[in-house]
Parts: sequence; structure tokens; C-alpha cells
Amino acid sequence: MSPSHASDVPVYNPRNYLNSPATGLKSWLLTQDHKRIGVMFLVAASVFFAVGGLFAMLIRIELLTPGPTIMDAMTYNRLFTLHGVVMIFLFMIPAIPSGFGNFLVPLMLGAKDVAFPKLNLLSFYLYMLGAVVALYGMIHGGADTGWTFYTPYSTTTVTKVVPILLGAFILGFSSILTGLNFIVTTHTMRAPGIGWNRVPLFVWSIYATSIIQILATPVLGMTLLLVAVENAFGWGIFDPARGGDPVLFQHFFWFYSHPAVYIMVLPAMAVISEVVCAFSRKNIFGYKAVAYSSLGIAFVGFFTWGHHLFVSGQSAFDAGVFGVLSMFVGIFTAIKVFNWTATLYQGSIAFKTPFAYFVGFLFFLVFGGMTGVAVATVSLDVHWHDTYFVVAHFHFIMVGATVMAFLAALHYWFPKITGRMYPEGWGLVGAVMVILGFNFTFIPQFLLGNEGMPRRYFSYPERFWALNVASTAGASVLAMGLVIVLVYLLISLKWGPIAGPNPWHSRGYEWDTASPPLPENFEETPVYTRGPHEYDEDSYANPPPVAPEPKHAS
Amino acid sequence: MNDLLRRMLFLPDQASDYARQVDGLHYFVIITTMVAAAGVFATAIYFFVRYRRRSDTDVTPRVEPKAIHEVIFVGLPLAFFLVWFAIGFPQFAKLQTPPKDAMDVYVQGKKWMWKFAYPGGPNSLDVLRVPAGRPVRLLITSRDVIHSFYVPALRVKQDALPGRYTQTWFSADRPGRYEIFCAEYCGLAHSGMIGELVVMPPEEFDQWLATQGRGVAGSQDGTPIAGEPVRPASNVIEEGRRLAGEQGCLKCHSVDGTRHIGPTWVDLYQRNEKLQSGKSVQADEGYLTKSMMDPAADIVAGYQNVMPTYQGKLAPPEAAAIVEFIKSLKTPAVQSGPSEGPVYESIPRK
Repeated sequence: MSPSHASDVPVYNPRNYLNSPATGLKSWLLTQDHKRIGVMFLVAASVFFAVGGLFAMLIRIELLTPGPTIMDAMTYNRLFTLHGVVMIFLFMIPAIPSGFGNFLVPLMLGAKDVAFPKLNLLSFYLYMLGAVVALYGMIHGGADTGWTFYTPYSTTTVTKVVPILLGAFILGFSSILTGLNFIVTTHTMRAPGIGWNRVPLFVWSIYATSIIQILATPVLGMTLLLVAVENAFGWGIFDPARGGDPVLFQHFFWFYSHPAVYIMVLPAMAVISEVVCAFSRKNIFGYKAVAYSSLGIAFVGFFTWGHHLFVSGQSAFDAGVFGVLSMFVGIFTAIKVFNWTATLYQGSIAFKTPFAYFVGFLFFLVFGGMTGVAVATVSLDVHWHDTYFVVAHFHFIMVGATVMAFLAALHYWFPKITGRMYPEGWGLVGAVMVILGFNFTFIPQFLLGNEGMPRRYFSYPERFWALNVASTAGASVLAMGLVIVLVYLLISLKWGPIAGPNPWHSRGYEWDTASPPLPENFEETPVYTRGPHEYDEDSYANPPPVAPEPKHAS
Repeated sequence: MNDLLRRMLFLPDQASDYARQVDGLHYFVIITTMVAAAGVFATAIYFFVRYRRRSDTDVTPRVEPKAIHEVIFVGLPLAFFLVWFAIGFPQFAKLQTPPKDAMDVYVQGKKWMWKFAYPGGPNSLDVLRVPAGRPVRLLITSRDVIHSFYVPALRVKQDALPGRYTQTWFSADRPGRYEIFCAEYCGLAHSGMIGELVVMPPEEFDQWLATQGRGVAGSQDGTPIAGEPVRPASNVIEEGRRLAGEQGCLKCHSVDGTRHIGPTWVDLYQRNEKLQSGKSVQADEGYLTKSMMDPAADIVAGYQNVMPTYQGKLAPPEAAAIVEFIKSLKTPAVQSGPSEGPVYESIPRK
């Protein structure tokens, strides 16, 4: 980064949250600093992302040929279950809200910390405990149910589903506590000048996410507990052989898990709203529309779960209602997509790595979203349900949007978190490989679904062969891209050039302090007289104030 | 046009008029999606080029949307989505409403096979025969976990739920053979739970059904007629062979030496089987019977614990007949004649 203003000469802030009050392991494990907790979440989630990605690669290699390729059917069934559980519960749900959210929400609100710092630390430990319990179950037996745990299969299988269910149950508490903390923080800890119409769009999205986490997660907890009880003690809750109802489980499960998709996607949208403003140096087009559509998604997200049950014997009327309601999520998403695109109009666009991921995000969200509305169209969904079309659709949304946003956030806030820059050239190489690899992985899967290949297939008839080879080839490019990103980011942690407080000249409130931030965030409580996304002439003529470098005690 | 688009989108054959209607909506959806996406991307790419940063001190004007912008942003997609729904929902409602004159077929999913039964009693494993041009109503259930009956060529799918019946229907328009998949994950051999839909000329079908009715063709589909009184067994081994087909044993245990989901039955009798527990056991009559009634007790090393119990499903003489059948499967006997192969009709894979 070449700074444009002499006043921005990068200096590594000598006193920051990374080295104060102490640097020892204990000072991290017992910290109540939201920034350190956020970083711990980020590191843990990234490790689980790597683990889940490794499983994904093994799955793709197994599917390279029809019939057994590198493993037997039982191993494969366990593997795709683990892939789903790890990616969803350990990576996608916590990564952006608990990781970046923890780090950024107080900074963006001009607050010293979250409302309940101790609860925040507890939420991290619950996350680790849940991960350990779930991983214990995976190593000792593993479940072969898929991450959806559909009954009565999950209550009769001989594999070890109970530890994994309990792990997910514990992870739910972590999610609830984090959401609770953000809601209270947003309501009570905004700095002077941050009215509701000046809350950064990132915080709006995280706020909407938190509402879902608080309202939906208890339902999942209850459901998983019921499955565990039925599996362990043979109570007849879902298994019809014991008098239960198997479809009841699906209703319970999707009542959480469909909104959970928005727990993953809304934070991604949070990141993108920030990135698009910073790299086009433009005020957001339609602040209110972008902010309130997050709440709209959170609200409507609760009324769409039935679209997972079109072929489950649900009535045609129910299917119609859930089909229409599901389309409203598409509308709110469309509002955001149009407003982000319009934000670029008359902007000053810098094509840096985070912006490259924004472009990828836009592409994947549009196709993922459109195919989402397509599967909400009931007669089409009958053909696509439980085929690779759905696999491709939700990977477009969940990987394409969430992972793109995660990577965008990682690069955009890398200088904020570490005080150092990543290499821009390598960043763009990684981004291009990830985006192209991703397309080559999942576009063939849309076609496989059209052709009729059901998901969770260990083996397949030969006519699906060519597209599976294409998909595996794409996955290899994607994996290589991610490895490149991992390598240069790790190198940059130690050897990256010093970034300075605001290398992007962003107007986001979180940049109004040193990078990395001081242990207490701000020297004194900031007072805001402008919105967080204002890049227009008047406000930009005077460069944004940057927190003074702390004085050395010399 | 239909065929071109169908091939471009990798959609399978259209075996019914309904499939063509659904595909019509599919084309409409894919075209509107592509046009809309292209519009968004073209605009974005134009902006990337037109408004690229020229210097580090670029300033940008403040641009706020007018109400009309947001109304367009909401209204345009909403209009298209509702049109899709307005076409798709009646199609779905039609699929949920079988015509009154439809012929009934009972479908039962079980790990890992499809069982089809006609009201007259005939039934078959994995091969569903229907007449072309006549509506067929499927009454679907499951014996164990949730399966999902899926015929891509018909664009029809319906879950098979234990303890419950669901229904769907179709009317295939010309003779042909199509794959039946299980679309809901159901365990170890989920991806092997593939059946075949055989659409026959109506008169051939009637003829076939009539022969089935006389009970002669029980061997044709490998399964006897449900509800038929126990046939006097002229030969216990033959009876065992028949029962093994009927109970689905041969879906997992081969009679030609091939390794499958379960151990092969050839030369099984008196063989020393190494168990998962590390012990070994001689496969005598006692072990064979016990394995039918309590399969989880002694699992042969290298195999998974997936076999359901036959406790209460096999009467003692029936179990004994199956044991006799297993005893009869000796290598020389197999080598001397043509391979036994699966007892149900084989399914040609495309």
C-alpha cells in the first residue's frame, strides 16, 4: 500500500490489543476483550473450514468415478455427514457473526466492548466444548445421517449420532449468547451521534442475524435433544415403529435450519455492504432499503421452512403458501443486490482483493438466489428436490456468498486486525482461482441435478460420470486457490508491510481508531457527526480524522 | 426447440406430457433468470470500467435513490416470481390430484429396494411395469426409514414414509425403460437403490398382468404373489430359493460368489467366518438361523451392521428352507451350470 498522504506514514502502533495488557497464552484464554475473543473465533473457525474443506475434497475424489474410488460406502456416508456438520455448525454459523462480528461491532458503534464481556468469553468456550464433543463423536464411530439427521434413520442407525447431536446442542448455546450480546450492545452502547439511521450496515445485518439466532436456535436445541433421547432410550417421538411422526422432525428441524441459512448469509451481506462502499468510495445507494431488508429477511425467513417438504406428503395448499412466502426472501435479497450495484454508479472503484471477492459474491448470490426462487416454484422443485441441483444451489448461496464474504472480510479487515497488509498481487491470484474453481465445481452440479442425480450418492450410473469429473476438477482449482490464500496470509502475519490506521481510506467508523486497535478501542469516546458510509464530496474533501498515535512513555 | 433446450440443460427424457409441461416452465425460469442476471452483471461490469479509480484523491458525488428506484427493485422481481408461481403451482396441484380412473400400484420402499404390488396380488421387486397412456396412481409407503420415489424422466418424486401412505401419479406416454432412484438418504446402499420403470404397450401389459395373476410368472420377477396360500413345496431347496427372493435376501447376499453388501452364500455352509469381534465361528445351521433373527450379534469382519432382523417375519419352516438353500450352494454346483445371477430381472444400465 502506498499511502497518499504524508500524515498517513504507516507506524505500527506500539500499544495495541495484541500486545496489551499482556501477550501470554493465559492473557488470551482469560481475556474479556471482544477483539481477542473475535480473533480466537476466527482462528478456530478457519481451522474447521480447512477440516471441512479437506472432507469436501475427499468426497469429490470419491465421486471421480462411478463405484468405489478411494473408500467404501459407509466411510463415504460418514464423510459427507462430517463435512456438513463441520462446515455448518463449526464454520459458517460462527465465522462471520462470532468472529468478525465480535471484533467489529463494538468498534463500529464507538463502544469499548460488547455489553456482556464475560458472557462473550463463555460463548467462545461453549463453542469449543461443542466442537470437542461433536468431534469426539466423529472420531469414535461417526454418524452416517447427513447433517440433517432425518428421522427415523437417525434414531435407528447404529452409528454414534448422540455425541454429535449433543455437540450441536452446545454450539446452539454459543450462538444464542453471541446473538444476545450483539442485540444488547447495539441497543445500549452506541456512541453519541450514532442514531438508528447511522448504525453501520454491517451492524444492521448482524443485528438481524442475532434476532434469528435467539428465536430459532432453541428450537434446534430441543429437536436435537429429542432425537438423542429417541436414539438412546428408544422413546417414540419421531419413529413411527414406536408411535412417532417422522415428518414432525422435519418441521422442527427446518424451522431452525431454514432461518439458519440466513444466519450464514446475512452476515455475508453485512460484509459486502461495507466492502462495496469502501472500494467504490461511494455512499451506499439506499441506506434504509439495505438496512431494513436485513430485518425483512430475518422476519420472512421464519415462514419459509415448509419449502423443504414439498414432496414429504405435505398438502398442496401448504406447499403453495410456503412457495410464495419463500419468494419474498428473494425480493429482499434482490433489493440488496440492486442497491449494491447502484452504489457503484459514479463511484471511484479500486479493484483490490476484497472487491474481487465482492464481484464473486455478486455473481454467486444472484445465481444462488435465482435458483433458490426456482426451487421455491413447487412443480420444478419436485424434480430438483434432493438432487445435485439443490446441492449446487445451496453451495452457491452458502459457499459462494458466505465464503466469498468471509474472504472479502479477511482481506478488508486484515490490516485492522493485524496492523499489516497482505500481498495484493497474490491476493488477486487467489481470488481468481477461488472464484473460477468454485464455478467449475458447482455449475456441473446444477446440470447433474437436472439430469436427475440424487444427492448423497456414494456411487452413480455411468451417464453422470463426465459432469462429476468436471466438478472434481473444479474443486481442485478451488482448493489450490484457498491454499494460496492461507499461505500468503500466514506469511503476512509476520512479514507483511505495516498498514497504518486506515490503508483503504475507508469512512467506516471502525477505521477511526488505530490499526490494530488499542486495547480499550478508543482513547476517548468518539462523537460522530456523519454517517458511516458517507464518501461524498463534502465529507471527503476533509480526509477522515484518524485516531492519534498513542504517545510513547519516553 | 424443446429438444435443443432439454439437451442444453441436461434434462433427461420426457416420458410424459406432464414432464414436458414442467420443462416448459423450467425453460421460462432459466431464460428469465439468465436475462436478469446478465442485466445485473452487464451493468456492474460497465460501472467497473466507467468508474474505475483514476487517482487516489478521486472524489465521488452523493447519490441517493428516489422512491421509484426501490419500487422498481421490488416490483420487477416480484412480478416475475409470481408469474413462475402462477404457472408452477397449478402443475403441482395437478400432480397431487390423481384422476379417478387411475390404476393403482402400491409402492413400498425398504432398505434398499423398491417393492411394487398390484391390486390383484402380483408384485415385483425393483421393476415397475405400467401400461403406456393410462394414468397410474402410486400409493407409497416405507417399511423402515424415509425413502423417496423418484423417476427423473417423469419429473415425479414423492417421499415414502414409514407408517404413512403418500400418493402421486403419472401417465407415461410411450413404451420405454426409465430409472427409478431413491432420492432421500436411507443408509449404506442408498445409491444402489435403483429400480426400473418399464412402460409397456397396454395390451402387452394386460397380458403380463394376467400371467402374473395365474401365479406362473412368479419367477419372472423373482417374487411370488402376495397373499397366495403357501405353495406345497415339492422341494425344500426350491422353497428356500423362492423365500430368499421374496424376502430380499438376494439383494445383499450373492449366490454366485460375488462380494456384495453381505457375505456371499456360495460355500457359506460350514465355512469358518472371521467376525468383527475378532472371534471366528463356523457357519452351521445354528449360526445361519441366528444371523437371520439377530443379525447384529455376530457381524462378519469387513461387513457393516445393516441387516434388518427377520424375527417374526420368517416362520421356522421358512427359515429352515432358506438354510437348506444356503447349504445347497456349493462351488461345483455353480460351476457346472450357468450363473444363477440375481433372481429378479436384471436392470440394464444406460
